[in-house]
Amino acid sequence: MIAPTGPTRLLDGAVSGEVVTLDAHLGRWGALPLVGSQQLLGTIDQSGLRGHGGAWFPVGTKWRSVAGKRRHKPVVIANGAEGEPASGKDRFLLHRSPHLVLDGAAVAATAVGSDRIVVHVMAGSAADVERALAERAVRGIDRGTFEVVVAPDRFLSGQESAAVNTVNGRHPGLPSFVGIRSVRDQGVAGRPTLVQNVETLAHIALIARFGPRWFRSVGTHDSPGTVLATVTGLWDAPRIVEVPLGSTLGHSLGIGPDQAAGIQAVLLGGYGGGWLPTATALSMPYTEESARDHGSSIGAGVVLLLPTGVCPLVESARVVRYMEGEGAGQCGPCVNGLHLLATSLENLAHRPRSLHGGVAALPTLCGLVEGRGACRHPDGVARFVRSTVEVFADHAALHLSRGPCHSTRPFLPMPDTPAPTSFFRARSMADTSVRFR
Amino acid sequence: MTRHRYQLVVDPIACDGSGVCAELVPEMITLDPWGYPIIEGADVPSQLVDLTRRATASCPRLALTMVRLDA
Repeated sequence: MIAPTGPTRLLDGAVSGEVVTLDAHLGRWGALPLVGSQQLLGTIDQSGLRGHGGAWFPVGTKWRSVAGKRRHKPVVIANGAEGEPASGKDRFLLHRSPHLVLDGAAVAATAVGSDRIVVHVMAGSAADVERALAERAVRGIDRGTFEVVVAPDRFLSGQESAAVNTVNGRHPGLPSFVGIRSVRDQGVAGRPTLVQNVETLAHIALIARFGPRWFRSVGTHDSPGTVLATVTGLWDAPRIVEVPLGSTLGHSLGIGPDQAAGIQAVLLGGYGGGWLPTATALSMPYTEESARDHGSSIGAGVVLLLPTGVCPLVESARVVRYMEGEGAGQCGPCVNGLHLLATSLENLAHRPRSLHGGVAALPTLCGLVEGRGACRHPDGVARFVRSTVEVFADHAALHLSRGPCHSTRPFLPMPDTPAPTSFFRARSMADTSVRFR
Repeated sequence: MTRHRYQLVVDPIACDGSGVCAELVPEMITLDPWGYPIIEGADVPSQLVDLTRRATASCPRLALTMVRLDA
């Protein structure tokens, strides 16, 4: 087993359509080293790994808070319930490299002292995981028990407390109000619960083998390692790309000035993330810190390159209406606020003169939903709307002075809309990108 | 007597926007355009602790809690 030296780790040796069997997995990476809880906690702390589900929370800190609960044995949820329509990296990993994910879950369970691992996935990934678990059962390589739980096909299904509710079988796919506590205190069956994204677990599988220094050899001090991004708008279909954290997207994706000129703006972090001017998105270090400094988020690695010729306000209005519909419908401010935000953006997009209070009313409205839900759904939508108003201020002014744009084909992927169309002519396939659909 | 620090927390799922809380402690709670409470400020000032506690007991949905921060 040889540690990958370059920035291609999780996609090491990737070939489109391939599934890495347990034999191939062990052949490439070797068996997991047998290491105790304390050493694993230390290793993960030193690695500086942060959660790739979207929140970028330090993994070591999370593990210690779960491992510290003495009264009940913790439960580990390997979370692959990827509800974002523009993200495909989790289901790709579960299909191609399920054993990296399951290894990572086994390491997490050892570290926090858990004997129960729940693999929480969308329906489309269940067979991939079952097949991999069957291979492992034959070899008898796992100590704890694994079970597979299928999440409802909803945007919010991967949210931490929603995942716990699905596993508990009460209010599946709906977030709970946890107040100042968290599922780390009380989650599955009332036990302390570690919910960790499947890509994070795959990184852990490699950190456990090659150590924190190897992990830190790529990336920045605060955001070490690589990240899987789902890139839409660059090729004829979305692709999964592994990029070093802290690199620029312009460099990693090989986008030159000519191509950049055809990109109107970039949406990072999906529909709870934020728009950025193309130049900013392609030249800033690709990390959560930089994205937040610019009012966006890299979230779960969604990168959407909006081509010129598409009305950004029409697209943004579609997003907010979709996100309204994907809300859990549990909290008054979110139910009312997202409805009004969606209607306001639709007015700006299609009937600019009927927008009450003008564009300036939108950030105020965002302020009314931020921090006021049981989960962060309204906060994500507010960030998206704030970025829309800022990045497309000139376009909004045109709508108000000259009227709406001519309608174009929908670009941003959402269920029940046509698949995104490529804008650029098909490029030669970068060696770190893989087709996933 | 030791003074404790309290924070006022709304369970947004339980809350149905009756607005009772804002009538009892307008210093701490205002209502949004749809009648749902917005908590003003971080900690509950000590002179408002008793009144705020009454507001939490008066909420028909028991959606309002005063959380002791230094517990």
